[in-house]
Amino acid sequence: MTQDTTVRVPVTVTVNGTEYTAEVPPRRTLVDFIRYDLGLTGTKEACSVGVCGICTVEMGGVIVSSCILLAVQASGSQITTIEGVADGEKLHPLQEAFMNYGGFQCGICTPGQIMASRALLEQNPDPTEDEIKDWMMGNLCRCTGYYKIIESIQKAGEVIRLGN
Amino acid sequence: MRDFQFHTPSTLAEAHSLLSDYGEEARVISGGTGLINMMKQDLIYVDHLVSLQNIDGLNYIRSTGEGLQIGGRTTQQEVATSGVVHENNPLLTETYGEVATVRVRNAATVGGGVAHGDPAQDPPPTLLVLDASVHAASKDGERTVKVRDGWFVDYYTTGVEEGEIVTGITVPAAPANAKTTYIKFLPRTADDYPTVAVSALGVVDGGVVTDVRVGLGAVNSTAVLAESVAGVLVGKEPTADLVREAAETVRDLCAPTPDFRGSAEYKTDMAVVFTRRALTRVLGLE
Repeated sequence: MTQDTTVRVPVTVTVNGTEYTAEVPPRRTLVDFIRYDLGLTGTKEACSVGVCGICTVEMGGVIVSSCILLAVQASGSQITTIEGVADGEKLHPLQEAFMNYGGFQCGICTPGQIMASRALLEQNPDPTEDEIKDWMMGNLCRCTGYYKIIESIQKAGEVIRLGN
Repeated sequence: MRDFQFHTPSTLAEAHSLLSDYGEEARVISGGTGLINMMKQDLIYVDHLVSLQNIDGLNYIRSTGEGLQIGGRTTQQEVATSGVVHENNPLLTETYGEVATVRVRNAATVGGGVAHGDPAQDPPPTLLVLDASVHAASKDGERTVKVRDGWFVDYYTTGVEEGEIVTGITVPAAPANAKTTYIKFLPRTADDYPTVAVSALGVVDGGVVTDVRVGLGAVNSTAVLAESVAGVLVGKEPTADLVREAAETVRDLCAPTPDFRGSAEYKTDMAVVFTRRALTRVLGLE
């Protein structure tokens, strides 16, 4: 990244309500842009091929894998990352539930788990266990065995249905 | 990933002009879920990416007398969740809903998938079964090609020609009394590529089979339509024995790539097994 003689192009995105512009080579992936150019390191990268779900962010109202998107493809978009999920000091019900019901252990996959499950609960705050498994199947976790993640999502759904 | 230039034309005419300027050094990018992965792994090198992201008018789902018209920039998740699609063609809903994960479907587009020609993708066997057509536009105009007329040429090779952009597809409705199914055999994980995939449609009228179609994915260098199945079944009363005989005929169409999902022999055997199961379902023998 340091010896670039590459042509750089401006990318402007709104992330968590703040507009950012940075000049990057077109080959910059969205996850690298978010982490290195914007300094928002809550979003992680692991598999780099769109499979593991760790880099999940919301773009244009839907969740995407930021490792297989270019930053230039996101130009002009509204993006939400894990840093934008809490309401100020008040954590999102999913963040509370993942802490209270053991939804994470090492924590590396958690930003992606929360971004993915947040999108699910926004369209269906009362998902069945099968619906959770189907929606979350691409978000891998090597610690929890998934049961605690499913429980955390169900508990957060209860809180959301009761109006927080 | 190697360096390249990224172009964002705002009209098809501008896109065609860029494709004409850069020739084989250029590739069209739609959602990019397939292309970016290939570029990251240095499987292909591209000097100029021509993105469709700023071109309006390519994202739509319309129901017409000819069936469904779906724009090239429509995402695969939009197809999977569309009420219009489900009402008109539940096999399309089922098939697009099986593609990878919701994150990939949110980025991957219908036109991108059709141009990409991944032999293990979910939609191609279903598009063959439903006799879909692809609309491909060049600077000289638009042509329409039936997928059955050799659109899926070979491994990651399709009918899209240099300078062309897939603007949409047309999918004729299935017969009103048809039963359909898409079965994706996934012995590993739910978001994996299929070991084999079978798309099927069947119509039984007055006790005899009047229409039966089977498309297969992941069993050859492209998706294939198993025309031999109709020869065994059409005009006859469907029975378990006939279904077994018809399913055996797909064996000759299979030349799968052995990988960690199974040997070529295993995948071929599974293609027969899952064709039998799909036929059993769509011919009402369950």
